[in-house]
Amino acid sequence: MLAFLIRRLAQAAVVLAVVGLIAFAMFRFAGDPVNQIVGPDTPVSERAEIRKSLGLDDPVLLQFGRYAGNVLRGDFGISYQFRQPVTTLLAERMPATLELAFCATLFALSVGILMGVYCALRRETFLAKLFQAISLVGVSLPTFLIGILLIFLFSVTLGWLPSYGRGDTVRIGGWTTGFLTVSGLKALILPSITLGLFQMTLIMRLVRAEMLEVLRTDYIRFARARGLTTRAIHFGHALKNTLVPVITIAGLQLGSVIAFSIITETVFQWPGMGLLFVQAVQNVDIPIMSAYLLLVAAIFVTINLVVDLLYTVVDPRLRTSVGRTA
Amino acid sequence: MDDAAEAPDAPRATPSRLARFLGSDLWLNFRRSKLAIGAFAVTLLMFGLAFAAPWISPQNPYDPAQLELLNSNLPPLWNPDGQSPFLLGTDDQGRDVLSAVLYGLRLSLIVGMLGVVVSGFLGIGLGLVAGYFGGALDTVIMRVADVQLTFPAILIALVVDGVAKASFGSALDTNATILLIVVSIGLSFWVQYARTVRSSVMVERSKDYVQAARLIGLSSPVIMVRHVLPNVTGPVFVIATINLALAIITEATLSFLGTGLPETMPSLGTLIRTGNRFLFSGEWWVVAFPGIALAGLVLAINLLGDWLRDALNPKLQ
Repeated sequence: MLAFLIRRLAQAAVVLAVVGLIAFAMFRFAGDPVNQIVGPDTPVSERAEIRKSLGLDDPVLLQFGRYAGNVLRGDFGISYQFRQPVTTLLAERMPATLELAFCATLFALSVGILMGVYCALRRETFLAKLFQAISLVGVSLPTFLIGILLIFLFSVTLGWLPSYGRGDTVRIGGWTTGFLTVSGLKALILPSITLGLFQMTLIMRLVRAEMLEVLRTDYIRFARARGLTTRAIHFGHALKNTLVPVITIAGLQLGSVIAFSIITETVFQWPGMGLLFVQAVQNVDIPIMSAYLLLVAAIFVTINLVVDLLYTVVDPRLRTSVGRTA
Repeated sequence: MDDAAEAPDAPRATPSRLARFLGSDLWLNFRRSKLAIGAFAVTLLMFGLAFAAPWISPQNPYDPAQLELLNSNLPPLWNPDGQSPFLLGTDDQGRDVLSAVLYGLRLSLIVGMLGVVVSGFLGIGLGLVAGYFGGALDTVIMRVADVQLTFPAILIALVVDGVAKASFGSALDTNATILLIVVSIGLSFWVQYARTVRSSVMVERSKDYVQAARLIGLSSPVIMVRHVLPNVTGPVFVIATINLALAIITEATLSFLGTGLPETMPSLGTLIRTGNRFLFSGEWWVVAFPGIALAGLVLAINLLGDWLRDALNPKLQ
């Protein structure tokens, strides 16, 4: 178990180091950092001085070391467009993205499981076939198109829900939340559905497939033989055993949800990290781009690690097999 | 595929490729599936329209001389305010929406197909090398693939795009932008090909025909490309079909986010981006028709890819 833990941690560290190297290379070699700081008519001598003060003349390895040190202390440099520390900018935007990701996952899980169970238990009904068709469309359509469609239906035509922004937010410490106001909650609905739809279809298909599989197993047949109610069998036995892979997938998808919020945030002008990143790409703001890349990498690596570890905790069979290979 | 070779009393002369195809299980399966026929018809129609765009569109949307501001913001023809020849209406600059959609479709398909070609070349090449030689080379390639696989493709495409723009700045003209997007798509989607080809090659590598080829002194590249590659094409074909849909979506998304094709040369994604602005002023047709074209195209290709995957999977038959 300990060997497994150490190996997984080492792997995570390698991934982060590689992404860090890429982020540093972007930071250092894409465009000239000095040009981003000074005006066009700054004399050459002054430029050379700034180069020196930024340490750009030092060996590349030393610069990477310095960059890594800064990053570990939470210093990602100064944004070219906003002239503010990237860390402050990201910290300001993070609550918006995390709240959106949370609601999207909640939507995907609740609706996805419900629809999946229904499709598995009432396989031949019209509604189940309709759900299947919807899931196919949901997987195929680009996220931004779904967002535009929802805006057209619920904001432009019906006028029920806002089409952009977070509504009113409440500030608690360093965290701005949209959960405490009506307009904040209303503003969350459309973006959450847009962002969560892909995950929802994924979960629905998974629950349906797993449930059909489980319903064929011997212990379900045995439960029927014991005379348990259909309800108890379906929800007490079958669904419970379906949920382990579902939770794994939902956990692993959380990183994707955060990364894919780039698109949803652009459609709904949601003031989160994704929108900040898109603006950074448009304006060639390298410090924000590299910081966001590192952040997403850290989130992905952490989630993968946690899911892997949880697996071994939840499922004792994995522990022994890992012990054997290690 | 080996489906055709099984007819017991086939004449000794090898039948033509067409005859072999018409006798194959794949063709039979295709004729039986209404969904596959429908998806194929829509895909074919889209390709046809895209190819014929310069000849069938009423207007050249790239030519400012053909745009008349007097014709701006016209609704589709079936609306009482619509005007001939603008079947699907016009945008704020008097650009015919139908023409813009046809040209945009053309551009989206070109970029998507080039993206698939680039990612295919990259992925198949690296997969062949990794699977055939094994060892440290294999480890390095597959580790890179693993790391990349933890990121969504769209993020990688965005970063490649952004870095290239930072490095080359405003020196990029339209063609260079197209090339840049093709490369970003290629770099985001090679992993799946590489993994599939690698695992197939590792199976093929130990078979007798490869040993024989090695014995008669053929060089490794020749064995890989002429002998091993033809035996791993089935799954690659499936991935390529599904990836075409993904590549088209990625291009459209990049363009929608404003980092893709410029407004002077709009793909479907760019059209949706610009049309999105008019949603609130009531000109829904400017964004609706590019959206429908994109959705129809992607859905049709996806259905075709799904069918192909099931049809080529011997376990399901």
